[in-house]
Amino acid sequence: MHFAVCDFLLDLVQNSVEAGAMTVTVSVAEERNVVEATVEDDGEGMDGEELAKAKDPFYTDGRKHSRRKVGLGIPFLLQSLSLAGGSHEFSSRKGEGTRLSFSFPADGIDTPPLGDVTGLFLSAMCFDGDYELIVRRRAPARGVDYEIRRSEIIEAVGPLTDAGALVSVREFLASQEAS
Amino acid sequence: MAKMTLEQLRKLREEKKGDMVRRDVEGKNIQIIVGMGTCGIAAGAKQTFDEIVKVVDENKMTADVIIRQTGCMGLCHVEPTVEIVMPGMPATIYGKVDVPTAREIVIKHVVGKTLVENHIYDRPAVDIVKK
Repeated sequence: MHFAVCDFLLDLVQNSVEAGAMTVTVSVAEERNVVEATVEDDGEGMDGEELAKAKDPFYTDGRKHSRRKVGLGIPFLLQSLSLAGGSHEFSSRKGEGTRLSFSFPADGIDTPPLGDVTGLFLSAMCFDGDYELIVRRRAPARGVDYEIRRSEIIEAVGPLTDAGALVSVREFLASQEAS
Repeated sequence: MAKMTLEQLRKLREEKKGDMVRRDVEGKNIQIIVGMGTCGIAAGAKQTFDEIVKVVDENKMTADVIIRQTGCMGLCHVEPTVEIVMPGMPATIYGKVDVPTAREIVIKHVVGKTLVENHIYDRPAVDIVKK
């Protein structure tokens, strides 16, 4: 099981990148006493049957690891939401993309900690490939409200495979989170 | 801390570039790859990734090293996993790479060209090898 909300989100973004998405949008908001997040992509998508199976921990499409019998990313999230009294909407269209949004009660005793938002956005930008990542973040109580694109970060610092670039981007992202 | 603009980010990056010291003539051909699938994330791969970035930067090796993330490498039982491909060393997948081990691997394997015992698990899975 993942420790923090940000870990679930990174897992979803990794799914999107692996599904061949050209654009992935991840939004994280803390307002009105809930933690709300959405990951949306234009990857290969799933039909109704595949979408239902994606919620089953003992299902995987088997393309990447031929003998594997589990696919735990989404089931972990759904289990955690169900424990904490959260809610979710999960939709997908074959060939068009997938969208998963969810919300946890902010003060729920079983709500996971939000986790490292800066690290989430940094890691979400660092997968291989030429995809665009749009980050939308709101925490009005702390004066945090920003939108950042992977393309503008790469334009500013160069490839995100360089440790020097990564250190700079982390500092930049951390400054956006400051109240 | 004031919120940085993209222009300030660009400047910070330029300053960092000034610090870089090229260690040898081999070019940028050391690859460090961190497994960031469900299994890796659950085991703390984000912290491992952060530590690797930090140690590579501290050791002024950013001119030579490429740091990448990938999905599951197929070794879920020993996550977090880190693969290192570099000249003069066999391609290696390390497992159970917590934060202190990540530091040890960068310093011993990447800088010192010595394998780190007790964490060596496998060679790369076919779907993550870049030809």
